[in-house]
Amino acid sequence: MTLYLMCFALLLIGIYGIIVKRDLVKIIIASGIMGYASNLLLILFAYRKGGIYPILEKGKDMTGRVMVDPLPQALVLTSIVIELGITAMLIALAIRIFEKYKTFDITKIRRLKG
Amino acid sequence: MILPFFIIIPLLAAFLIALISGERDNWAIAVAVIAMLALLCLALFGFVTIGAQTQVYQMGAWKIPYTICLVLDALSAFMLVIISGIGLTALMFSVFYIRHLSTSWKYYALFMLLITGMNGVVATGDLFNLFVFMEIALFAAYALVSYGSRAEEFEASFKYAIMGSISSTLVLVGIAIVYSATSNLTMATIAQLLPQNPTVMYFAGGIFLAAFGLKSAMMPFHAWLPDAHSSAPAPISSMLSGVLIKTLGVYVLVRLFYNVLGAPPLFLKMFMIFGSISILVASFLAMGQWDFKRLLAYSSISQIGFILLGLGIGTRWAILGAIFHILNHAIFKALLFYNAGTVEMVLGTRDLRQMGNLTKILPYTTATSMCGTLAVAGMPPFNGFFSKLIIIIAAVHAGHPIYASIAVAGSFLTLVYFMKVQRYGFHGKKVIEREGVKIGWGMRTAMIILAVLTLATSLLILPGIRTAVLDPVVAVIMNKTGYITQVLGGNL
Repeated sequence: MTLYLMCFALLLIGIYGIIVKRDLVKIIIASGIMGYASNLLLILFAYRKGGIYPILEKGKDMTGRVMVDPLPQALVLTSIVIELGITAMLIALAIRIFEKYKTFDITKIRRLKG
Repeated sequence: MILPFFIIIPLLAAFLIALISGERDNWAIAVAVIAMLALLCLALFGFVTIGAQTQVYQMGAWKIPYTICLVLDALSAFMLVIISGIGLTALMFSVFYIRHLSTSWKYYALFMLLITGMNGVVATGDLFNLFVFMEIALFAAYALVSYGSRAEEFEASFKYAIMGSISSTLVLVGIAIVYSATSNLTMATIAQLLPQNPTVMYFAGGIFLAAFGLKSAMMPFHAWLPDAHSSAPAPISSMLSGVLIKTLGVYVLVRLFYNVLGAPPLFLKMFMIFGSISILVASFLAMGQWDFKRLLAYSSISQIGFILLGLGIGTRWAILGAIFHILNHAIFKALLFYNAGTVEMVLGTRDLRQMGNLTKILPYTTATSMCGTLAVAGMPPFNGFFSKLIIIIAAVHAGHPIYASIAVAGSFLTLVYFMKVQRYGFHGKKVIEREGVKIGWGMRTAMIILAVLTLATSLLILPGIRTAVLDPVVAVIMNKTGYITQVLGGNL
């Protein structure tokens, strides 16, 4: 239970960072933290106490042992790749914003309003 | 088996465009147009043949709880027709519009990726696969919003990307919670297992409501939409406003809350509340805008409110109205964004106060914008009138007179702010000489096709046509166990 709560705290830290921080780079890092929290949550749901790796080998003694769930691990791999893409996109956008506005401070990047 | 082709064709086209295009965009345009025409034919064929049945395609010869399955029923076929129809006109419009920004093939490759993502979201029957396709669509959308390379566009795109990544994280958390309770990712099996565990259902449902509410820009989650939709190039604005918020937002909400979670009354109540907030507040915000495209973007939020209100009421007529309004809004909002794009291209401004004299300079644009305005404001005999009327009557019938009066007020406010567009924008007093920019025939044709469709789709309300076109879609949504039995029972 503590683990789940800490994972949830990590998610909240990410959201807090996105809402409160004014620096574009810090916002990108915060969105990364939020992504890690969701990945961690998936892995936590897959974990079984005393579980072993989910590969059936010849001569492996399976009596009385549980395997961890392999599917969320595959999901997390996919979601990590997606997050990599999104982060690269965000960084590219931040670079172009810096070229145009000469600042990373979001309070000064305010040409759109209304 | 036509199902996988809805994903294969646009994905293949995107990579072909990247491979074969040289400096110019001629080949890219040819490939993109052929792919979109093929998709439109396939989607229409699928919609006509599917009727009340369901087709299931299981990838890689695995069986259903283990495979990624694609599901085609009346609802997804309906959405596929909208995507490829509006996509084709957007492509016709972009061929001429985008050339004044650049002549690169990259636009068309990204456009096809956007279509891939949206088709995938609509066709898939697997929760995680839905997330992946959603990310593909969003990724292309972020890039396309910033395509014009102006400062505002990067700002809007960054805002959109951050809001999008928050909602994607929430979707992933929701999927994790659902998986922890059911050990399944196929939506039909989740629909079987999840209602046995109401706590998890309400928890995951709340997270999904926030996440996909952000995607569909319902009112408390709307902040990204006016920026992103007004900064993007006009054909992309029309794709985002007309199709993307409906496929990634409304369609997924319908699929999850009606077919998977079994329409719990609490969430339907929330749809109604959020919907009516969207209708009212967005209408008032739209009234204060002088930027044409920003006004249209706020109007999108308000119209999404109508759709959500219809879905929230949940009677057969209300859902019919909501489904009809999805189609209608896609048509007239795409049309109005094309009008705004044409005006911006010719006059170089989006400010309504700087416009005027457009009846002489741009006769086709003014005429078609009048069709769009009347349709969005709900004037008979245009299509917007009928869908709004059905939603309002359904609200009264279901015993929600307050929501009905909110919808009537919203409809009236829509008329008010679009009269502002016509009065100050298209029929303004400012005298402007015609400038050098010429609008291409493709832009004009796209606008005329959609203007005709605003009238033609109101025929869908005639009883004979309605039973053939809209009723199967409504039946898919209303039948609570139909989705489960159709997908699990119809195993090839």
